[in-house]
Amino acid sequence: MNKHNFFYFIKEGAVNMFSHGFMSFAAVGITVACLLIMGTFTLVAVNANAMLADLEEQNQVLAFVELGLSEKEAREMEPALRRVPNVRDVHFISDQEAAAAFRARYEDDELFQGLPDDNFSHRYAIDLVDIAYMRQTCEALDALPHIDNVNAYEDEAAGFITIRNVAGVVCVVLIAILFLVSVFIMANTIKLTTFDRRDEIAIMKMVGATNGFIRWPFVYEGFLLGLFSAVIGFFLQWGLYEAVARSIASNDTINLITTVPFVDMWSYVAVIFAIAGMLIGVGGSLSAISKFLQV
Amino acid sequence: MIRLTDVVKEYPNGTHALNGLSMEILDGEFVFMVGPSGSGKSTVIKLLIGEIEPTEGRVMVNGFSLRNIKEWQIPHLRRTVGVIFQDFRLIEHKSVYDNMVFAMRAVGAGPKEIRKRIPYCLNLVGLENKGRRLPSELSGGEQQRVAIARALLNNPSTIIADEPTGNLDPARSLEIMRLLERINALGTTVLVVTHEKDLVNRFDKRVVMLERGRVVSDGHGYYGRKTL
Repeated sequence: MNKHNFFYFIKEGAVNMFSHGFMSFAAVGITVACLLIMGTFTLVAVNANAMLADLEEQNQVLAFVELGLSEKEAREMEPALRRVPNVRDVHFISDQEAAAAFRARYEDDELFQGLPDDNFSHRYAIDLVDIAYMRQTCEALDALPHIDNVNAYEDEAAGFITIRNVAGVVCVVLIAILFLVSVFIMANTIKLTTFDRRDEIAIMKMVGATNGFIRWPFVYEGFLLGLFSAVIGFFLQWGLYEAVARSIASNDTINLITTVPFVDMWSYVAVIFAIAGMLIGVGGSLSAISKFLQV
Repeated sequence: MIRLTDVVKEYPNGTHALNGLSMEILDGEFVFMVGPSGSGKSTVIKLLIGEIEPTEGRVMVNGFSLRNIKEWQIPHLRRTVGVIFQDFRLIEHKSVYDNMVFAMRAVGAGPKEIRKRIPYCLNLVGLENKGRRLPSELSGGEQQRVAIARALLNNPSTIIADEPTGNLDPARSLEIMRLLERINALGTTVLVVTHEKDLVNRFDKRVVMLERGRVVSDGHGYYGRKTL
């Protein structure tokens, strides 16, 4: 393709796009909607993953030593704890340290400030290798002598794993369906253009234009529509994400959920939107034009 | 050169458009092809520009064999053949000049070539001052001359005119035929498909007559001197 043809194709593609303003608007609108839905589910999956990773990083379980055991006796249990499979590290917390931490957490509540130290037992904070085996590890720890109780965020971990898996599956299914819907809408928009220009296409064929030459302006039209959709979709996604993230941050009941800042992933989102938009646009135009080349 | 040898064309609906048609047009010839409706004239044109393939027989056009022509070769064949239609087939929203640019662009011509060739072709058909006009601002004869100029843009060795005077009055029809005669004098092979007996008889040219998909006469004058 020489440079004259390149600029000619771009110009023709842009002219085609504006000559069917309403259909182009509809195609961009549908593609933006599809990109937004795809993007939202992907971002939910990304956030669930991030929270899971967060949880994995602080995947500590607390193993409480029986009340009445001295600090020395409690400390002697450390080698046995380290031998439990899936245990990465153990940190001893004495009853006094535990009581101090408790009082610090509830410093505004006088009710808890007067609790004596011997109400607290010695404990171990235990880091795990893999959060997926949290239950089995807790059971093994619980079975050790002088371990009274084991506390873990087992439910939260399972919840995040479920969210991540569901979001992943929904994402894949939705992406496939919405991609096909977008390609179909885009193909119909380009079909309208090709129908409108069927006489011009016939003349081009008559004077000896190659199929490639005829195809390019329509491919560029699809490309430009897809790119516009991606740009609009990206900024809308950004706005939507920030709004949801702000409302989560300001809501006390769901403060367990932390969101990944959009600025940390904008470049990935932009690239994915651009690629998806262009694929939808070019795929749609290629499927639309093939029929009209049989002139 | 155009050569059709024992060409049979049967359409999918069972219509036999051509039944063993054979004819040859040498380089530089001017030939009228005449015949009643359904005689196979349009099918011959479609064959010559690669729009359809023959069912049987051989078709050669400017060195291209159309029996087994590859799809990618068809645009190259069409660049050697300029086609003119009864309804002109100009793009209404483009000026005369832009219609010409469009045709040259379609075959990948660059701006320099376009600037050089379009004025030459418009001058050849006597429309050098009407480049900025829209087709709707021109008379039927002028529109057909634009179509002829467009057909000449890519310097084809053959011009095929399908009822080029069908929409024109006798005076304009004569003008168009004289223009085609002048183009032929410059070395371009011209094949004119028409049913206008009076017009054909005003020119002392070869006339091939078709009937029921066969050549029934080939000679000079509407009915031809040489009956086959």
